[in-house]
Amino acid sequence: MAVSAENAPLDAVIAPFLKEPGALLPILHAVQAAFGYVDDAAVPVIADRLNLSRADVHGVLTFYHDFRRKPAGRHVLKLCSAEACQSMGANDLIAQASARLATPMHSTRADGVVTLEPVYCLGLCSAAPSAMLDGQIVGRLTAARLDTLIDGIAA
Amino acid sequence: MITVYVPGDAVAVACGADEVVAALLATGIELTIIRNGSRGMHWLEPLVEVTTSEGRIGYGPVSAGDVAGLVAAGLFEGGEHPLRIGRPEQHPFIASQQRMTFARCGIVDPASMDDYIAHGGGFGLERARALEPTQRIDLVKASGLRGRGGAGFPTGIKWDTVALADSPRKYIVCNADEGDSGTFADRMIMEGDPFELVEGMIIAALCVGADYGYVYIRSEYPHAIRAMEIAIEGARRRGWLGSEFDMEVRVGAGAYVCGEETALLESIEGKRGQVRAKPPLPAHKGLFGMPTVINNVLSLTAVPHIFADGPEVYAAVGLGRSRGTMPVQLAGNCRHPGLYETPFGITLGELVNDIGGGTASGRPVYAVQVGGPLGAYFPPKLFDTPFDYEAFTKAGGLIGHGGITVFDDTVDMAGMARFAFEFCAAESCGKCTPCRIGATRGVETMDKIIAGDRPEANLELIADLAETMKFGSLCALGGFTPYPVMSAITHFPEHFNRRALALAAE
Ligand SMILES: Cc1cc2nc3c(=O)[nH]c(=O)nc-3n(C[C@H](O)[C@H](O)[C@H](O)COP(=O)(O)O)c2cc1C
Ligand code: SF4
Ligand code: FES
Repeated sequence: MAVSAENAPLDAVIAPFLKEPGALLPILHAVQAAFGYVDDAAVPVIADRLNLSRADVHGVLTFYHDFRRKPAGRHVLKLCSAEACQSMGANDLIAQASARLATPMHSTRADGVVTLEPVYCLGLCSAAPSAMLDGQIVGRLTAARLDTLIDGIAA
Repeated sequence: MITVYVPGDAVAVACGADEVVAALLATGIELTIIRNGSRGMHWLEPLVEVTTSEGRIGYGPVSAGDVAGLVAAGLFEGGEHPLRIGRPEQHPFIASQQRMTFARCGIVDPASMDDYIAHGGGFGLERARALEPTQRIDLVKASGLRGRGGAGFPTGIKWDTVALADSPRKYIVCNADEGDSGTFADRMIMEGDPFELVEGMIIAALCVGADYGYVYIRSEYPHAIRAMEIAIEGARRRGWLGSEFDMEVRVGAGAYVCGEETALLESIEGKRGQVRAKPPLPAHKGLFGMPTVINNVLSLTAVPHIFADGPEVYAAVGLGRSRGTMPVQLAGNCRHPGLYETPFGITLGELVNDIGGGTASGRPVYAVQVGGPLGAYFPPKLFDTPFDYEAFTKAGGLIGHGGITVFDDTVDMAGMARFAFEFCAAESCGKCTPCRIGATRGVETMDKIIAGDRPEANLELIADLAETMKFGSLCALGGFTPYPVMSAITHFPEHFNRRALALAAE
């Protein structure tokens, strides 16, 4: 594919990484940081710039849990579901969050307000249970604290 | 000028440290605020310290709402207050440790190379430079250092292989993927003393003749990523990096299996994180096909001390073939969770009950999982097991990366066994059938057992499946999932038979 004007913003994001060995992951991170997700339309462009096949890029994009192929909600709430957080009641908090937000784990609510997903350990296992809301980490989460976080999302 | 320390460590931040800083600034008093790492007493975070004539005095756990009261009580002179803990280094939790790797963590300013040097940093590198290449590796061998990432492989032997390889390019890769639940030592050292890792990697490069390095950090650790990037920049300005050896941070993308060394290399190369068959070993054909040293953060951060103090000092502590100290991580339902660096040989019970203080809930300790999601569950009757690679293997478990997750008596062990399969199914790289398919079958079979459907026959199926996974998997994700599953079944059989459970309740 030739470099075209309509790919200009995407190319601007990709360009700084092109000379790096193993550039695909840094590029996918950068594209997601810039656009919120990696659109299917970006796949052939990235493949072209890195001299890879579309299947290669698609394969990497779908292998890693971090990469999104659809926009996330305006807020993203991640609840830790790993063992140390489970030992402090994470499963109850997960049930509470999906009930109050009216959306199951691993999903973005239809109105696009919130994405609710699990995360496997934030390294805050000594302050369990833990969560991350819009990139901000929260430790020693309680039912009451979670309610406050959710109130903030709904407002 | 008043100097106040408020940790920038992720645990402190997650518990309100940034709000504490804002409240301190709002007092209008002129202060120098240093965002140090954590001392490791995580139940006291945010642990605020002030410099006084008697040394640093700590207060914790401090919330933003406490700040006005603390200031009124004379915080800046070390005044009395219910949150005052005195000098942190005299706290029994710290005083009873033997800190090598974590000696500076929580004390220094992690963003300042000057502070690092002022606290003894760089001495190991200086010593390493003064030695001949072969003497350097002999020194690592003499220390008895074994890899802290999980497998406990002797670090000196690994380095020797790379040193002997003839290649135009060699790499040092630091495994900072720290995916195990219940572990956070890598994160803490990267946030609290990142120059120590930089120094360890430079020494490794000197030992094997490498000219480039990568630190592969999981994306769940944004604070550690930032701290390492600042440290690398600082080391470059100082001339430690940039000419003979340079390094960069690479960020993972949420795949647990990328902690496995060959999957990690694939990931840095920009590919799916699929495990490679061995041989060839990474030491022969690693990153981009070149000889590569790949080590855990804690292995590499032990190295500056081994060079600075001499290998005898390191080798003098420990038990059997487990030499040196282990930064143990106490997590989960634990009263005094945090980081406890101690020589190998301390028993599991001492760690959980004496150091950790039992559960946070106040209920009885029922089970502990040691070594992350692939580690075994231990009942209190095995608490006399000493922390030592060989002793844990004998007890049917593993030390792994040194994480201990405590559970009280409300835990559902059948649920935990099911979770182990579910985790393996979700994180499998897909390369081998026993792992990819076996884990899913495991979840289904556990569901039947939990529903009370022919538990005896289905438990036999699980045991069969565990054997197949153990011997038919390419890596430890599939191969070690049987540890948590089978240890839960062996030590807590009543959780796997609803009839027995109902009887016990009567
Ligand atoms: C599924 C899986 C996950 C692993 N995760 C990590 C990890 O997060 N960090 C780590 O250092 N080693 C991890 N390892 C072990 C590495 O493969 C490897 O043994 C280690 O990086 C070697 O370094 P060391 O000799 O310093 O321990 C993992 C292994 C497996 C099989
Ligand atoms: S055991 Fe699982 S994770 Fe390991 S190589 Fe096989 S499929 Fe991949
Ligand atoms: S298990 Fe939840 S933060 Fe580690």
